[in-house]
Amino acid sequence: MEKELRTFKKGGIHPPERKEYTEHLAIEDMPLPKEVDILLSQHFGAWCKPLVKKKDRVEEGDIIGDVEKGLGACVHASVTGAVKDIGSSPHPLLVSVPSITIERDQEAERKEYKKEDWHNLSREELLSRVKKAGIVGMGGAGFPTHVKLSPPPEAKVDTLIINGAECEPYLTVDHRLMVEHAPEIVEGIKIILTILGIKRGYVGIEVNKPDAIEEMSKAVKENSEGFDIGVVPLKVKYPQGSEKQLIEAVTGRKVPAFGLPFDVGVIVQNIGTTRAIYEAVIFNKPVVEKVVTISGKGIKRQANLRVRIGTKLKDIVEYLGGTTPDLKKVVVGGPMMGFAISTLDFPITKITSGVLFLTEDEIDLYEYKPCIRCGFCLEACPMGLQPNEIGIYVEAGRAEETAQFGVFECFECGCCAYVCPSKRPLVQFIRIGKMKAKRA
Amino acid sequence: MEKEKSSAFETHMLVVSVSPHIKQPVTVEKIMWTVVACLIPPLILSVFIFGPRVLIITLISVISCVLTEAISQKALGRPVTIRDGSAVITGLLLAYVIPPGVPYYLPILGAVMAIFVTKQLFGGLGANIFNPALIGRAFLMATFPVAMTSAWITPKYIQFKADALSSATPLFIIKHYGIKALIQTYGSLSYIYKNFFVGIRPGCIGETSAFLLLLGGLYLIYKGYIKWYIPVSMIGTIALLTWIFGGEHLFEGNPLVAILSGGVMLGAFFMATDYATSPNWKTGQLIYGAGIGLITVLIRLKGGYPEGVCYAILLMNGFTPALDSWFKPKRFAPPKGVKK
Ligand code: SF4
Ligand code: SF4
Repeated sequence: MEKELRTFKKGGIHPPERKEYTEHLAIEDMPLPKEVDILLSQHFGAWCKPLVKKKDRVEEGDIIGDVEKGLGACVHASVTGAVKDIGSSPHPLLVSVPSITIERDQEAERKEYKKEDWHNLSREELLSRVKKAGIVGMGGAGFPTHVKLSPPPEAKVDTLIINGAECEPYLTVDHRLMVEHAPEIVEGIKIILTILGIKRGYVGIEVNKPDAIEEMSKAVKENSEGFDIGVVPLKVKYPQGSEKQLIEAVTGRKVPAFGLPFDVGVIVQNIGTTRAIYEAVIFNKPVVEKVVTISGKGIKRQANLRVRIGTKLKDIVEYLGGTTPDLKKVVVGGPMMGFAISTLDFPITKITSGVLFLTEDEIDLYEYKPCIRCGFCLEACPMGLQPNEIGIYVEAGRAEETAQFGVFECFECGCCAYVCPSKRPLVQFIRIGKMKAKRA
Repeated sequence: MEKEKSSAFETHMLVVSVSPHIKQPVTVEKIMWTVVACLIPPLILSVFIFGPRVLIITLISVISCVLTEAISQKALGRPVTIRDGSAVITGLLLAYVIPPGVPYYLPILGAVMAIFVTKQLFGGLGANIFNPALIGRAFLMATFPVAMTSAWITPKYIQFKADALSSATPLFIIKHYGIKALIQTYGSLSYIYKNFFVGIRPGCIGETSAFLLLLGGLYLIYKGYIKWYIPVSMIGTIALLTWIFGGEHLFEGNPLVAILSGGVMLGAFFMATDYATSPNWKTGQLIYGAGIGLITVLIRLKGGYPEGVCYAILLMNGFTPALDSWFKPKRFAPPKGVKK
């Protein structure tokens, strides 16, 4: 009776899920930290210019940095207090970026936001609320959401897909948000559909989250009048949450290489982003907090925490009782695509979906060897690329020639490196290839 | 508590490396030693039917291969990687494709040719173009043609109806006396099927048991270490072509005897699937397997040797780079106008 579950066709892997540490833990509010570090480059796009000076007083929700020109999103004070410093903070990718440190007033608590009805707002007003709230794609690169929601008029967008795949092991943020906030997410979907001027939306959820599927289906049933919203259960397979794979799984459409989802009439939004849109529109609440999964055997207590943007990792670690002695690696993001960091001074950004504290038996520490030509990586690559050849060429000092093997179509999902029995750092080789090769 | 909490950070023990941070628990060593394990049952059977000297030959072959690997890696200034099990596999396979009655020093020469010349001089594991064990065998065929084509031993545990050809390999009998002579020697076709399937027949040390080789091969497929494409297309092609062209008239050949004799099973599952020397994408693999099947049947029916699996695989090894550059994975929705 059951139809075969939808998924993407090419490649993909089944890493251990390891979601059992946190999937049943309700989202927990972490007490406000004494101090936050708001990075001026949170994500993809232009860096923000600080709009405050040292010693200025700021209130939660004040815009403290904004992009002057170019693509980007503004940043807000996530606590009420005084600007302590405008300096720099460690960043997993960019090493260090300018940041604004705010010392919270001791008695300052969370701000209350007033609920409003959104149905009378125009599309432009809705969009401007999204922009003012500084919302960016919370699942990945952090593309500014207001830009994503204003596709060029020639793109005939007819479908919205909400990404509830959460295919990275360990992470349970979107899972918990769906279970605990399904009605709000559905309301958020309606807001997005209204902004886009379309009716059809799908929520793609992998079947390893049956409670999320149930809650979301219920919420959709209760509150989707006038819209055509459906929950689509998906087969569990990594990297289902990648835009191109998700679009193929849900609609069967294929986004061409170097193309964007709207080329096939689709816009994808993440669960966290959808909820942020709901809060921005209905409460006028900017992105001042973020739910993150803190997991792995290397931390005393695992949790799904709601923290202020800019909360330092060391405060989170302290709140959760510290790390264990056998901690070996700290990863920001998921274990497949996240970044290893070497310091706990790292602050939570708008796109942090989790921080993993991993012990030796959870990670891979083998030394790599030459390619044995097993072809496993070819089988695993969801993009149909040749990571084996990219690795061999880069090692041979011929990184310039790797475009022919598809280096620019690679989105660094890590499937190839995951399956490689020689443990070759293929993603590393690919990054070198991307730097040196010329785009065809 | 306080101390323990930050110890990893203070002592800079944290590993910072590129994603992904988790990898599937399959290593080169694990794959190679699994292949070794899958190759052991046919050897045990061989010891029972041909006697303990096959064990000695196999041990000499394995030890020579491992030593040659270690010495050549030292000499070439490479890290010594004999623990990865790949030289052990070559040693086993080399022994498996020589007759049980050869002098004990033969595998030593074959091992040097296989490991030093064919594997290490070409760059080591993964970089060689030709299958080391098969080059070893081809070398021995050229240098010791008599031993390599006549040192057969009559297996135990089998009753022959006619003793004259009891130690000759089935393919030799078919080639020179026809399939009727084979049936006469063994009594009946069903007796042939039964014994060939189990592995009680004259032949090279490790090639006789279709059943045990199939079992090992299926296990490797089940583990995902090899794909079915090469074995199926190779065995299928041999069966099909033998059926069509292998008899007195068209469509009168016996496909079952063809795939149960010679080195078909050993070659299909353990040699043609060698990662380094076979194409690494499925389309290429299917063609490669079919090519081996075609050449095997050509040699068997038209060539000078009764068996052709070894040369067929070596010939197709030579086509692997071309097959790999012709047949690549299809890209996920490549941009229009770009041919890839
Ligand atoms: S990281 Fe790139 S090359 Fe490797 S599997 Fe993913 S898309 Fe393919
Ligand atoms: S998985 Fe690793 S060893 Fe196998 S072909 Fe790819 S790069 Fe080579």
